[in-house]
Amino acid sequence: MTIIQKQSTQRPSLPHPIKTIKLTFLLGIYGFLLAISTFAFAVPESTEPPPSLTNDSIFETALNKLNQKNFAQKNQAITEFSNLKDNRVLNTLIALKEGELFYVKKTKQIGFSEKKEALYVLTDPVTSKIIGEFKKRKIKKISLNNSLRTLIRQTIAGLQLSSQDKQTRLDAATSIIKKPSKDLLPTLEKAIALETDETVLLRLTKARAVINISDPSADVRLASVHRLEGSLLPEIRSLLNAMLIVEDDGSFREPSEEVRAAATIALESINDQVQVYKFAENLFFGISLGSVLLLSAVGLAITFGVMGVINMAHGEMMMIGAYTTYVIQLLMPNHIEYSLMVAIPAAFLVAGLMGIIIERGIIRHLYGRPLETLLATFGLSLVLQQLVRSIFSPLNRSVYTPDWMSGSWEINGALSLTYNRLYIIFFALAVLIALILLLKKSRFGLQMRAVTQNRSMARAIGIRTSWVDAMTFGLGSGIAGIAGVALSQLTNVGPNLGQAYIIDSFMVVVFGGVGNLFGTFFAAMSLGIANKFIEPYAGAVLAKILILVFIIIFIQRRPRGLFALKGRAAED
Amino acid sequence: MTTNDRPVTGPIAHILSLAFDKNDVGGRRFLLILAVVTVAVPLLNMLPETSPFYVSTYTLTLMGKYLCYAILALSVDLIWGYCGIMSLGHGAFFTLGGYAMGMYLMRQIGERGVYGDPILPDFMVFLDWSELPWYWLGFDSFSFAMLMVLVVPGLLAFIFGWLAFRSRVTGVYLSIITQAMTYALMLAFFRNDMGFGGNNGLTDFKDILGFSLQADSTRAILFVITALALALAYLLSRFIVNSKLGRVIVSVRDAESRTRFIGYKVEHYKLFVFVLSAVIAGIAGALYVPQVGIINPGEFSPINSIEIIIWVAIGGRGTLYGAILGAILVNYAKTYFTGALPEVWLFMLGGLFVVTTLYLPKGVIGIANQVKDRYREQASKKQDQQMDSIKTENADTLSVEDPN
Repeated sequence: MTIIQKQSTQRPSLPHPIKTIKLTFLLGIYGFLLAISTFAFAVPESTEPPPSLTNDSIFETALNKLNQKNFAQKNQAITEFSNLKDNRVLNTLIALKEGELFYVKKTKQIGFSEKKEALYVLTDPVTSKIIGEFKKRKIKKISLNNSLRTLIRQTIAGLQLSSQDKQTRLDAATSIIKKPSKDLLPTLEKAIALETDETVLLRLTKARAVINISDPSADVRLASVHRLEGSLLPEIRSLLNAMLIVEDDGSFREPSEEVRAAATIALESINDQVQVYKFAENLFFGISLGSVLLLSAVGLAITFGVMGVINMAHGEMMMIGAYTTYVIQLLMPNHIEYSLMVAIPAAFLVAGLMGIIIERGIIRHLYGRPLETLLATFGLSLVLQQLVRSIFSPLNRSVYTPDWMSGSWEINGALSLTYNRLYIIFFALAVLIALILLLKKSRFGLQMRAVTQNRSMARAIGIRTSWVDAMTFGLGSGIAGIAGVALSQLTNVGPNLGQAYIIDSFMVVVFGGVGNLFGTFFAAMSLGIANKFIEPYAGAVLAKILILVFIIIFIQRRPRGLFALKGRAAED
Repeated sequence: MTTNDRPVTGPIAHILSLAFDKNDVGGRRFLLILAVVTVAVPLLNMLPETSPFYVSTYTLTLMGKYLCYAILALSVDLIWGYCGIMSLGHGAFFTLGGYAMGMYLMRQIGERGVYGDPILPDFMVFLDWSELPWYWLGFDSFSFAMLMVLVVPGLLAFIFGWLAFRSRVTGVYLSIITQAMTYALMLAFFRNDMGFGGNNGLTDFKDILGFSLQADSTRAILFVITALALALAYLLSRFIVNSKLGRVIVSVRDAESRTRFIGYKVEHYKLFVFVLSAVIAGIAGALYVPQVGIINPGEFSPINSIEIIIWVAIGGRGTLYGAILGAILVNYAKTYFTGALPEVWLFMLGGLFVVTTLYLPKGVIGIANQVKDRYREQASKKQDQQMDSIKTENADTLSVEDPN
């Protein structure tokens, strides 16, 4: 039921225009990143059928019967509603069921209520216009009794099942499966008779089977069990499991042995499939954790791997990126859906600029002394954390997650992928690819590699090495800032955000082999996946400890990481 | 570190001459101050509270805590300042020593715990454990616990160092894996299943060897013991760095490959210093726990270990007494500022890191020596004004060249 409501209760649902923001950026990488992100994050325009005007009067008269004390009147109103094929009616009924439909005591006007601080905002269901703001005691909830609730449920199901939109019908069927009720059987039968679409019909018959599984006749039950074979919804699994329960007196809950046997077989086949999907889910979680690791480590792979600078303030660069997201959202409250598009370049610039300042101010005096850099940047990280605490308070700030990033993609009952994690996988890959392109194809990348490989020779042929150093450090920090934007969608944004990731990031870079982006990618993914596959057996903390111990031992075997640079570049 | 050319009259005299190095002016001053403090503070603590010279037990305990940190800083200076190994995991050895002591103190509580179980500590009763895990056995004996204070950190350092040095993990990589080690230990000790009290750690201690930990006299004795331990650790470290072994260690720091080519087993020297330093850190932890009255996994946090490094860096590494000075200075500042201006403390600590690494590579001791040298330089200039004065560099005899 939840999914349907989420979609349909967004009443004044504005269509999402697909907007392509194009900005050209200093480092070229941006346009690319942005194009990918807009492409990946775009949401299909939702189409709503235009409300038919002729219905308005019927709707309104029926609606006005609802504010009567008399339940029979309300009953009549709801029955009248069921004849109208109008989305507004559906919304009204859902609101009624959820107790969100109120009427103004004085004028008897009915409206959807939405709590806004101390006041309640009422919206007219017919015209979607705001009636006004009221105090709690000025309005009254439209009350229901049990028989009305059953009627509403049936009417809602009927309306949804006869909807023009295929997805609405599918969702309605799914919600019946999740919350089966005998009262819905007649509505369901009617819908099955009228349904033409193959997939919807399949789902509808499944819903009927779920209701019929508690039928008194053993034959009907047996047919239902057969019908449910291979279904992955957890509700169906628990229904089948319930049939096999032994009661206290030793008898089975399901009296017929034949039905029990069928249920056992059905369950076994379902469990086999569930195993496969569980594996896929673990893999997904692993890859998604790996992407987070990749995002947080890839900037470090630049500063540490390419420049040899141990930047302990790397985590704080991510924190700055996350706080930039927060500030951007404060600055554009009206376009908050698109705030991330703005936050990504903004975080890159803010963190990158910060990185350049750090390089010019501190790190450039410490080249060739990696251990001292570690100390200085660690000190810097403390200062930055305290700075954030002083400016934004030590408490976590809440960052808004756009609608298109929340929720999950339910592939089937056993496997659903959350959108934010899915997007982050793509985003991490896009960042990595953009970075590789920048290093391999651009002039700046060429200069950067030249400086890394042979500083004095690079200077001899006219490369401004100090400028390249500053830009490289800025690039690494900027990418950490982008990682911060991504992390702001996954975890709490607080002063300690960076600290949680810094050790992991170092592990990834060291494990993958310093100075090797492919190694970083490989290390992040394998550590992420390994972590998620150990977790079910050992628990989250122990999994992490095992991974750390593994890396410590691994470094003993291969002190230069998985993909060590060979030849001259490897010697320092 | 000039050679000691006094004629050797016997092995003990030789050891003593190395430990009490006559050129070690700073060290002798430090030992003198320490001796005065060790005698004076407990005596002043016995004065009536109204006396202007009275030192409260709180201050006494606080100073005892600083001295523990000083021992810890000394152990880090030994490994970092002289052997060039920047361990970011020394907090782990300190905490392990602390846990060994904490386990003894926990067993001493006996029936006086909240649940009154004669054997099981409170948190185990709380977690419904029926018997003591095997690794808690024997900790009711003080001597066994003290042995563990030495053995556990030493053994961990031995295994870790043996693996790392043998495969020639050096520099930054070593620093990062030591950090990973202490981080892994922190995560492990946070788990309730580990049987070390999880998040809360070990606390509510009652007495040590039958003496109440709340009593002023016990506190004073603990303070004196800590001071003695610091003095002994200092002398031991001084002896080591002045001996031939110490020379090899310094040469490993300055030119590892060359030392190896000359024929020294570099790994063995490194391992020796690493284990010794871990054991000293463990002792510091064991002295720390009865004075502060709690040990929890937070002590394993990588930040703590980095903080130790900064004490040493601020004091001046490669001098031993510089590390001690640094530990006391930074911790005094921490106590003062977290009380008076809590907002400012992290800015200050962070700023100290940056300023020290950029402008004071030799720490406070380095500045002192620089000032002294300049003064001497000017004096000598005046003396031989006619002579073409050769500009002497600000070379100070105790200075340490950068290991990298």
